[in-house]
Amino acid sequence: MIEINDLHKSFGSKVVLRGVNLNIENGERLVIIGRSGCGKSVLLKHIINLLQPDKGYILVDEIAIRKVGQKDLFFLRKQFGFLFQGAALFDSMTVAENISLPLVEHTNLSQGEMDRKVAEKLDLVGLPGIEKLKPSELSGGMKKRVGLARAIILDPKYILYDEPTTGLDPIMAANIDKLIVRLSEQLKVTSIVVTHDMQSVEKVADRVVMLHNGIIIYSGTVSDLKTTNNEVVHQFVNAEAEGPIQPKPHKY
Amino acid sequence: MVSFITRIGANSIRFVRQTGEIFIMLGKTARYAGQIWRTRKLIVEQLMEIGVKSIPLVIFVGLFAGAVASVQTAYQLKGFVSYNYLGAATSVAIFIELGPVLTALVAAGRIGASIAAELGTMRVTEQIDALEALAIDPIRYLALPRILSGFIMIPLLTVIADFVGIMGAYGVAYLNLDLPSEIFFGSVKDFFTIMNVMSGIIKAFVFGGVTAIVGCYVGFSTEGGAEGVGQATIRAFVLSAALILLNDYILSVILF
Repeated sequence: MIEINDLHKSFGSKVVLRGVNLNIENGERLVIIGRSGCGKSVLLKHIINLLQPDKGYILVDEIAIRKVGQKDLFFLRKQFGFLFQGAALFDSMTVAENISLPLVEHTNLSQGEMDRKVAEKLDLVGLPGIEKLKPSELSGGMKKRVGLARAIILDPKYILYDEPTTGLDPIMAANIDKLIVRLSEQLKVTSIVVTHDMQSVEKVADRVVMLHNGIIIYSGTVSDLKTTNNEVVHQFVNAEAEGPIQPKPHKY
Repeated sequence: MVSFITRIGANSIRFVRQTGEIFIMLGKTARYAGQIWRTRKLIVEQLMEIGVKSIPLVIFVGLFAGAVASVQTAYQLKGFVSYNYLGAATSVAIFIELGPVLTALVAAGRIGASIAAELGTMRVTEQIDALEALAIDPIRYLALPRILSGFIMIPLLTVIADFVGIMGAYGVAYLNLDLPSEIFFGSVKDFFTIMNVMSGIIKAFVFGGVTAIVGCYVGFSTEGGAEGVGQATIRAFVLSAALILLNDYILSVILF
């Protein structure tokens, strides 16, 4: 279980999170929605301590992730798989080297065993036989799926997805959504998905929370999301131009 | 006036902060000294990248630096001192100054800038975050092999530059002044001290470390996209070159 308590974060004078409180149950598929730049990815990075809060704390399985030493932090991070927005594949390595890196670093498996695990995960994400390709030879959707294979290679307890469908065509996006649900059901992992793609939300979410102006303003199921009286959520979910959320004029 | 003072203050604070961060990074890297064997594959890759691939450039620079040193020295000796001392004068200059400094400056351009560009690109494309998310410390995985290779390979490259530089100096002495090899190398031998060579290698050791550390630090702290990477590359070269010259002065005062 992950507990986020009173999380604050600023970058210079820009306040991004101003007191986020959120509990994520084991096995849950939680989707965090919100406008671009509202701090969804920042929140996600706090969960594995890639960013440190100015105030507040996060408990992962009742351990305060910010307080632990480096050894324990790395132990906790091995419980997580993180799919980055741009997949963040290491471009000097092949697909197989990318996926097997955590095995090389954290296990004593033989090369044969590692190759078998890599093939198994590539099969799971629907990309068998591409071990020898370089990231530069992959399409955007393939990169995300390879990133996902890498994220699940250590069989994590939690998988964090940062905009998994952004920049993909609708069919590829639907495939990724299906994959998220399948991994969640097959591997019994807790999934936290950050997105502003409402089609994706409907397919993936057990529960949806909305981040707006640095705080969680909504938490509920997908069906409740459509009938909510919250004007901000209503405008976002229905993609309406008129409403309480207005684009700020850009200062030049 | 107030804004000028504010700017000086802000720059001073930034300088102190960055210096502190560089030493913290060096300390964190040193903490992984016990894991050199575990990281051997990456270290060998960097020894190749930083050292072996720099050999052609170092030979080119060393050869011409030696040749120019020989021409300049001959010009200064003309009419005052016998050319018999040309070998001694050029070799000492090459051993203690030209070899280490020119090798390090070439390394700052080729290695420091490329480390900064590579790590900077990894930073802005979240590859360094990905390493951390995979519970791999980027300091051990990326900085340790590069910094260690900098410390090891720049002195070795300097030895090559010294040798090639003296050959270049002799080539000029032979072609321009008809100086026989026995006289040229005889004077090199007469004035040769192990201290001269060692002082150059000590300098090269420091310069190599400085170049790699600066490259890693600048790369890790890169922000923005392609523009940020471009700026990091320039910053790494300028900072390395400045620190090489500063350290050259400090070490010269200490060693001589």
